[in-house]
Amino acid sequence: MALQLMMDKWSGSISVVTIGSTKDNGGTRIKSIDIGGEETLPCLFQEANFKYRPRIAFEILDIPAVEWPDELRKAYGKALDNPLKWADKCANEFKAECLCVRLQGAHPDSGNRPVKDEVDFIKELLKTTGLPLIILGCSDDAKDNLLLPACSEATKGERCLIGSALQDNYKTLTACVLADGHNIIAESPIDINIAKQLNILISDMGLPLERIVINPTIGSLGYGLEYAYSIMERARLAALAGDKTVASPFICFVGAESWKAKEAKVSLANQGIIWEALTATALIQAGADLLVMRHPKAIEKTNKYIDNLFRR
Amino acid sequence: MFVIGELINGMYSYIGKAITQKDKSVIQKYAIDQIKAGADALDVNCGPLSKQPVSDIQWLIEAIQEVTDKTICIDSSNPEVIASGLKVARNKTIINSTTADKAKMDKLIPLAKQYHAKLIGLTISASGIPQNKDQRMELAVQIVSACSEAEFPLEDLFLDPIVMPINVAQAQQREILESIREFKIISDPSPKTIIGLSNVSQGTFVRPLINRTFLVMAAAFGLDAAILDPLDTELLDAGITADLILNKQIFCDKYLDAYRKK
Repeated sequence: MALQLMMDKWSGSISVVTIGSTKDNGGTRIKSIDIGGEETLPCLFQEANFKYRPRIAFEILDIPAVEWPDELRKAYGKALDNPLKWADKCANEFKAECLCVRLQGAHPDSGNRPVKDEVDFIKELLKTTGLPLIILGCSDDAKDNLLLPACSEATKGERCLIGSALQDNYKTLTACVLADGHNIIAESPIDINIAKQLNILISDMGLPLERIVINPTIGSLGYGLEYAYSIMERARLAALAGDKTVASPFICFVGAESWKAKEAKVSLANQGIIWEALTATALIQAGADLLVMRHPKAIEKTNKYIDNLFRR
Repeated sequence: MFVIGELINGMYSYIGKAITQKDKSVIQKYAIDQIKAGADALDVNCGPLSKQPVSDIQWLIEAIQEVTDKTICIDSSNPEVIASGLKVARNKTIINSTTADKAKMDKLIPLAKQYHAKLIGLTISASGIPQNKDQRMELAVQIVSACSEAEFPLEDLFLDPIVMPINVAQAQQREILESIREFKIISDPSPKTIIGLSNVSQGTFVRPLINRTFLVMAAAFGLDAAILDPLDTELLDAGITADLILNKQIFCDKYLDAYRKK
């Protein structure tokens, strides 16, 4: 007997978020990327069209990445010591389609760079690369509340994705993202209830739900990946059943999490790359829309995986 | 829970008057107020005093469609009025309602198919209101079979067990609740279930409390939809919370707002 697929039809869909604003739309980016838009669960290609495939952003820092494991450092060579050259290498040598800059140097424990210096850096970065940008703070709430509004203003009209808004610290970022025409990352600690609550709080301030990207927080392979998977699945099921408050695309910080794993950091050749790529591919199956990754080889492998998966 | 707002009904004096005077603003205000309060659809009934229900229903529907694209539940015991309403409806529609009488089903099921409308089937027939669960089931099965034969999708059928006022039919309340659960196992895919809630408290002094309690209990028995007054905030809050407890919504501290934002 021929195999018969059981098809579901959902009433809801995931919102589409556009990152990057080109000249036609008032920005200076050479391209923009769209994420989200799913009308069914991940990879059920028979059930609905997938208009947009998962995208990968290269993660860079504002300071030399001295603490990164050797395998990562080798991949970028000397460029790693100069963030602008590093950005350029991602764009030109590795053909990145999006960059994610983490302003780690602003953190009180990582140099405490003044806001003005960071804004100058962001302005230079805009000139160096025409790629769509994701801008992350330094994860110090007090500093981020000074830093991110300044970066938001400096990139006004570029439709960046800026993060992260947290349940206890979302108002400042939401207000500036709203004013400057960007999108926001809403971060919750592997907790679907907080993810939903935060999306409502942000949208209550007037930012449309269609400009929110959820960072569900993930664990890498072997470090709680399955918890992230179950949270993402739960959100998707609710969103597809019509709950717009959780119908946002997911951003997953695959690189940052994978390279924390001791298995990735051991000096066995390629193991870190494999760790990062496997974490990424598993999360794509959980519904990740935007993956922020570190090693160019892992990114290449994951892109190949996406190509194969979405070749229809 | 799929909430159908009941307030646009000519039986209420403010709506009756608006229909007579063709005052759209009153109708549109009640449409918007109910949707803001959390209604998914709007019941529309010309009321017993309307002299030209066939044209009045069209006027009502057109007035509502100017301000919302939510589903319209065309409410009349007269199939001609329903057919007339369907003709002008651009929004999604629900036919409210057919009984288990063959003559009525023969008219309304084809109409529902033609207009891709959903259909409410009352478990009632010319021989009267059912007195127990078995009689309700018998009528429900007749409606399901008729829909099935006509190839009307059963997931678009809403079965109504007929809620009776508690002050005249106290012994029936449990039968009504159990019917809701049993209707769901008549077929696969299951028909949906619906109640006209306010009937339960008809003629009592504590209507809101009785409505609210019945709604929550019916939800626990698997109720899919209710026709009710969405402006009764405590009622809707109780219904939303029942859905939450049944794991139909993801919890968050602002779950009541979240429901109304959907």
